[in-house]
Amino acid sequence: MGKFLRMALPPIALGLLVTGHYIGLAVAPPDREMGDVQRIMYAHVPAVWIALMALTINFICSVVYLFKPSWKTDSLAEASAEVGLLFGTVGVLLGAIWGRPTWGVYWTWDPRLTTAAILLVSYMGYMALRRFVEDPEKRAVWSAVVGIIAAVDLPIIWYSVKWWRSLHQVQSSPKTVDPEMVLPLRISAFAFLAFMILFILHRYRIALHERQAEVALPDALPTDGPQANRTPGVV
Amino acid sequence: MKRPAPIGLFRAAFVLLGKDLLIEWRTRARLNALVFFSLSTLLLFSFALGPDTKLLERNAGGYLWLAILFASTLSMGESFRIEYENACLDGLRLAPADARAIFLAKAMGNTLLLVALGGLLIPVMVALYGVKVVLGVGPLLATLALGCMALAAPGTVYAAIASNARARDVLLPLLLFPLIVPALLASAKAMMLVLQGDPMNQLNSWFGLLGGFNLIYWGLGFALFPRVIED
Repeated sequence: MGKFLRMALPPIALGLLVTGHYIGLAVAPPDREMGDVQRIMYAHVPAVWIALMALTINFICSVVYLFKPSWKTDSLAEASAEVGLLFGTVGVLLGAIWGRPTWGVYWTWDPRLTTAAILLVSYMGYMALRRFVEDPEKRAVWSAVVGIIAAVDLPIIWYSVKWWRSLHQVQSSPKTVDPEMVLPLRISAFAFLAFMILFILHRYRIALHERQAEVALPDALPTDGPQANRTPGVV
Repeated sequence: MKRPAPIGLFRAAFVLLGKDLLIEWRTRARLNALVFFSLSTLLLFSFALGPDTKLLERNAGGYLWLAILFASTLSMGESFRIEYENACLDGLRLAPADARAIFLAKAMGNTLLLVALGGLLIPVMVALYGVKVVLGVGPLLATLALGCMALAAPGTVYAAIASNARARDVLLPLLLFPLIVPALLASAKAMMLVLQGDPMNQLNSWFGLLGGFNLIYWGLGFALFPRVIED
């Protein structure tokens, strides 16, 4: 299944991305107020959606790991956090590029932007924690705890900063948007989704192999390297 | 032979809190360092911004909370460093008591230390920035207590993690600062209202946010902490 997906997904994802962006850039009408600048939405909105989806996977893996520890859940948590951070960064950068002609500034302290910035910094901390802890079991437990705490914090930040005044527009629903704009947005969203699954699959495989190598090494190798200080049998 | 009953959760927490406070009282190393650190932070704000008294007066609440926040990362890291020295934490884990008592004791100890620090900093801030406490001492102390509790609960969990990891001095602020944004926002806003008066009656909504934040993080810390220190 994994191998099939790894072979089949790249052409599907690429095809969807090209189709969605072709329709978005050439076929869909320009926005009445913003003109062609609005077309960045076909990449910005799906990127942020997919980032939130990947980080939700990370939260679920963190909770599951604490109840039922397994290297697979831990690897999936690591993979989804990294991919979510990637898509989130892409989304925020695209939003900044869009904000310059529309709002006149790259960055402003509106609730949604503030929340997005805090989200990125929180998960950068999460990734740093994973790098800074050597013991794989402790790393897994601690990053699960940090993953839960970071995910629970985000709605609180969202509501707390919302009490300032707001600039970012509210979500548009398919009812309020021209159908010709909805179609490329949907196609791009599926393209980003396919890329997310692909990235997570690859990253998950690497993470799982890393875990297995970390756990296997101290017992399998003669203990004359820097590993010599490890207690035998503790994995 | 009757087996002795395990010690109750709150009793164990207060015994541990007493132990930590006794260590702190005998050495006074932590509070001394924190007081001078945060005093110089308060001074540095006025140097960095120039001698504009209006500006300093308007933002005094925010500066006070930043000074407390910077000091808190030092203090909370230290509260677990003393346990990792001589493997004291192993001893605590082996004791026939609930591991969650360790969280309660450490978080309460950190809160108390930060409140004491805030109590020392507020008179200095009043003198240094020329502010008046318009709403009186009651709301001032409530803001201080709620804000310090909100910093201490997630800070204790993260300090337990960071103090055992590589690069612990970098890791704790990296994890903690994004997390406590709502608490910092609410405490700074509430403190500014306490200092400058509250004509629109907004203070209670910021207290509500701080209360909710405290409830969530004391609960999460209480539930998750045993997993953090298990071996």
